[in-house]
Amino acid sequence: MSETARAETRTRGLLAYTIAVFAFLYLPIVVLVLYSFNGGGVGGFPPRDFTLKWYSMLFQDGAIWDSVANSLLVAVFAVGIALSLGIPAALALDRASFPGKALFRRLVLLPLILPGIITGLSLLMLFNSASVKLSLLTIVLGHGTALISVATTEVFAGLQKMDRAQEEASLDLGANYWQTFWRVTLPNLRLPIIGAALLIFTLSMDEIAVSFFLIGRDNTLPLEIWGRLRRGITPEINAISAIIFLFSLVAIVTWYQLRVKAEGSPEIAAELIEATAQGE
Amino acid sequence: MFSRAYRLAVTVPPLAWVTVFLFIPYLLMFCYSFWSVSALQTIVHSWNLGNYRQLLTVDVYWQTLLRSMWIAARVMLFSLLLGYPLAYFLSFHAGRWKDLGYQLVIIPLWVSYLVRAYAWKTILGSDGVLNTLLQYVHLTRHPLEFLLYSPFAVVLTLTHIYTPFTILPIYASLEHIPRNLVEASHDLGASPWETFWRVVLPLSIPGVVAGATFAFVLSLGDFLAPLLLGGPSGIMISNIVVSLFGAAYNWPLGAAISLCMLVLVVGLLFVSERLEKRWSFS
Repeated sequence: MSETARAETRTRGLLAYTIAVFAFLYLPIVVLVLYSFNGGGVGGFPPRDFTLKWYSMLFQDGAIWDSVANSLLVAVFAVGIALSLGIPAALALDRASFPGKALFRRLVLLPLILPGIITGLSLLMLFNSASVKLSLLTIVLGHGTALISVATTEVFAGLQKMDRAQEEASLDLGANYWQTFWRVTLPNLRLPIIGAALLIFTLSMDEIAVSFFLIGRDNTLPLEIWGRLRRGITPEINAISAIIFLFSLVAIVTWYQLRVKAEGSPEIAAELIEATAQGE
Repeated sequence: MFSRAYRLAVTVPPLAWVTVFLFIPYLLMFCYSFWSVSALQTIVHSWNLGNYRQLLTVDVYWQTLLRSMWIAARVMLFSLLLGYPLAYFLSFHAGRWKDLGYQLVIIPLWVSYLVRAYAWKTILGSDGVLNTLLQYVHLTRHPLEFLLYSPFAVVLTLTHIYTPFTILPIYASLEHIPRNLVEASHDLGASPWETFWRVVLPLSIPGVVAGATFAFVLSLGDFLAPLLLGGPSGIMISNIVVSLFGAAYNWPLGAAISLCMLVLVVGLLFVSERLEKRWSFS
């Protein structure tokens, strides 16, 4: 066999392996969606009796929709908290120097790599010591705190690409810092901020490990589903999972497009993961 | 260019928040781990090492910790074995499909943990999709019981969840390798395998270390997959912590175990950072 022919074979083998790994990553989700239309239940091969009854059951299920409303509420406030602290945190990391800056950066990013149980339990101890009753508010505080990491990384990446000259010009021309922030800095960070908001919203909607410990009387959607999984499962859960998947898909692809538009290079999207792993 | 007031205004609010909601809670966890519970189920605020002594002497605690590390190690290994070749293909051979392939990795990374864990439950159960498929094609007669409620199910599900986490940093480090180094290696007569082993792989080590750390750390602390799919033999250390904070009501002992996990995780992050620096190209 010639060298080029051998190279060809290697590439084919690698392609086959890649496709197999993608199949492993996506097949479970495909199966889940497929069986949400299965009249015969969550398992059983082949799927039979195509039906929409699980979706109609779902749409009449008051408890699920209450939990969806709770999750939406939590996610909106979590986005608010994470952005209103993550944007200044990114500015601080970019432009200020203060004692303990390295520790501060690590502390902000830690919840992203830390197993959720540690974030959840440590906050539970805080709320317990301060006699704060567990409710949706405590979940909002938990999500907000954990997701500042996402806002900080995304906005920091945007700041690194930003041209400082515009801000300097604004200050030279007599605008104060406040005006410069609102009229120059923030508009320039538009794309990273929208992207971060989208990602934080999606992550908060899906979050379960931290919420698990901070839940009061009202369930979020993932905890409502979790409760049902413990009691026995029906394709109604496949149906809600399929809908969650669809929404996450749209949000993630939109976030990605924003990232590419902002940075011009899709590879940058890995920064979030890299930055965390390297504590930067 | 930025005044002192500006720098204070952007630094103080996030610093204060992080102190209250991250630093103090970790500190509380540290304090709790030295306290104890009285017979009347109240927390006794006297400092002692009793919880740590229990950790070391009661078999179930350290054995479960070891088992969790063993599960996490397998998840890490399988994620790397699945992730590395995929990242390599995307970086070196995907051509115009690169962007699509990259998005296909990002999507499962951020898609609901619960949705994916649940999907495996419906696939692996004794009436699940896989068992009924195997019987349908007459490969087996009875459902394979080891598929669900076993460490196997936990390792499989966590590998599925954390493989994308290993792919991204590996891909990023492969993308950073100057292509002329690879060409130079070819031109100087190295075979493709030699080029891979002696040029590409060493230069991608920082990505491998970062990805491995993610997979290991995140699966080490997982408690939802074991609850959902693990059965009695798939219990992990976090499940013990959950029960100590719930029905078993021993927060101080739970805090001691959590703190050990926290120290282990931060220690691993520190080591992996060192390793990445040592192997980094620049």
